[in-house]
Amino acid sequence: MTARVVIVGAGQGGLQVAESLRSKNYQGEIVLCSDEPHLPYHRPPLSKDFLLGKIDQAQLTIRQETVFEKKQIELKVNCSVRTINPDEKIVTLANGEKLSYEYLILATGALPRALPFNTTKTKGLYSLRTLNDALAIQTALENAQNLVVIGGGFIGLEMAAVARGLGKQVTVVEYADRLMARVISPEVSEFYRQLHQDHGCQLLLNTKVTDLQTNEQEQIIGVSLHTGETLPADVVVLGIGVLPNTALAEQAGLHCEHGIITDQSGRTSDPAIFAIGDCSVQRLADGTMLRLESVQNAVEMAKACAEAIIGGDKPFIAAPWFWSDQYDVKLQMVGLSSNYDQVALRGHLKENKFSYFYFKNGQLSAIDSINASADHMAGRKLLAGENKLTPEQAADLNFELKTALSA
Amino acid sequence: MVQVVYIAHDGEQTELNVQEGWTLMQAAVSNGVDGIEAECGGACCCATCHIYVDDQFLEKIPAALAQEEGMLNEVVAERTQNSRLACQIKVSNALDGIIVRTPEAQS
Repeated sequence: MTARVVIVGAGQGGLQVAESLRSKNYQGEIVLCSDEPHLPYHRPPLSKDFLLGKIDQAQLTIRQETVFEKKQIELKVNCSVRTINPDEKIVTLANGEKLSYEYLILATGALPRALPFNTTKTKGLYSLRTLNDALAIQTALENAQNLVVIGGGFIGLEMAAVARGLGKQVTVVEYADRLMARVISPEVSEFYRQLHQDHGCQLLLNTKVTDLQTNEQEQIIGVSLHTGETLPADVVVLGIGVLPNTALAEQAGLHCEHGIITDQSGRTSDPAIFAIGDCSVQRLADGTMLRLESVQNAVEMAKACAEAIIGGDKPFIAAPWFWSDQYDVKLQMVGLSSNYDQVALRGHLKENKFSYFYFKNGQLSAIDSINASADHMAGRKLLAGENKLTPEQAADLNFELKTALSA
Repeated sequence: MVQVVYIAHDGEQTELNVQEGWTLMQAAVSNGVDGIEAECGGACCCATCHIYVDDQFLEKIPAALAQEEGMLNEVVAERTQNSRLACQIKVSNALDGIIVRTPEAQS
């Protein structure tokens, strides 16, 4: 049997596994299957610089075709995997081709959540996940006046900021009582409410979408709300979260629970199959389940997975970090701020440059930084190891954060 | 097209002809130049496209903004006065022939 690693999904994680295996001298074949028509590309700029027209598709592309030849990675585009036979270690592609594998890596990502009513025929409704989604939105926005964004999370708000930058009328409809509620604190939500309002973006919190209004051609003309009001809309973009893409894994009988369950090196319940990035959920040493949707998680799990296959073991345990660009404001987050009992503010809200430090039982748990990359980077160091930072020190601009690192 | 020379930590040289308007990061990554990771894709959020810009070109490049400065604080390799993030440097004719060195490690 040919020694071969098959990777399903050529996003940032899938590509990283392939390259890490090669750089660690994996000797077998590496086949990277993408169900998209494009070379692997950077996904985060889609909702930012790409839609703004600041960078083009070539600049978004991570690697040119020649690089794959040089590294002896076989990239198959337009290639979806239909089934996995874990007993015989064979995957079957949509075109009927069968590939045996020594190791199989699932990097299948996540799929945008849909509205809870039938929208299959509706024109003018988009999600923003892939390059094709972004290209479609770009075209649709050209002749649009009114954009309604459903969901006030990262993707929705980045989309809203971009569309304001393009001069569109924008309304964001959010079901919760504050923005980005799943990931940031009420303090930061409030800052962003004000920011979007200052840029002329209409925000409707505590508001539920009940239906979409369409004309005879099934083209969207409005968004109906639970209040009875209807918002005029030419284009609607959904940003109501994603669901881990576990279909193949479930078919193969892998343990899944809101994601493909793995250890911190990406090992699934089948020793020959790994899962990394958005499609996976890690079971930590203490039993807690950690599901992250981020570039860092995709890339670092990919590296850990390659290590595990080569025979080393370097599980991914860094503090999670994320970022979001909206208008000219950069939000950088490190740690998970969902659980805290004390907050310290470093810097000044009025200067649009500050960080909130979150503490639980006196211990630093997370930092949200607004245009304050130095705080964020110091925070990554502090949260990666032991630290004895106090809320008072965090709030003192004269205190040098890194000195709180325990030796 | 603008000529850019990347020199890896082990001395390996890569010469590229880069389109104006592209960043030093985009050109390196797209051509598979080892030693530049660029996890975040150019958002100035990961500090894994750290380079050392050759002395003679340092002053031809606009100074780092606060965001880049903050990220440079914690690059993995040694930070020197030549340290910059490749994603923040756009290629222009004034930089023709620029030489940049990549550090031993990015992450």
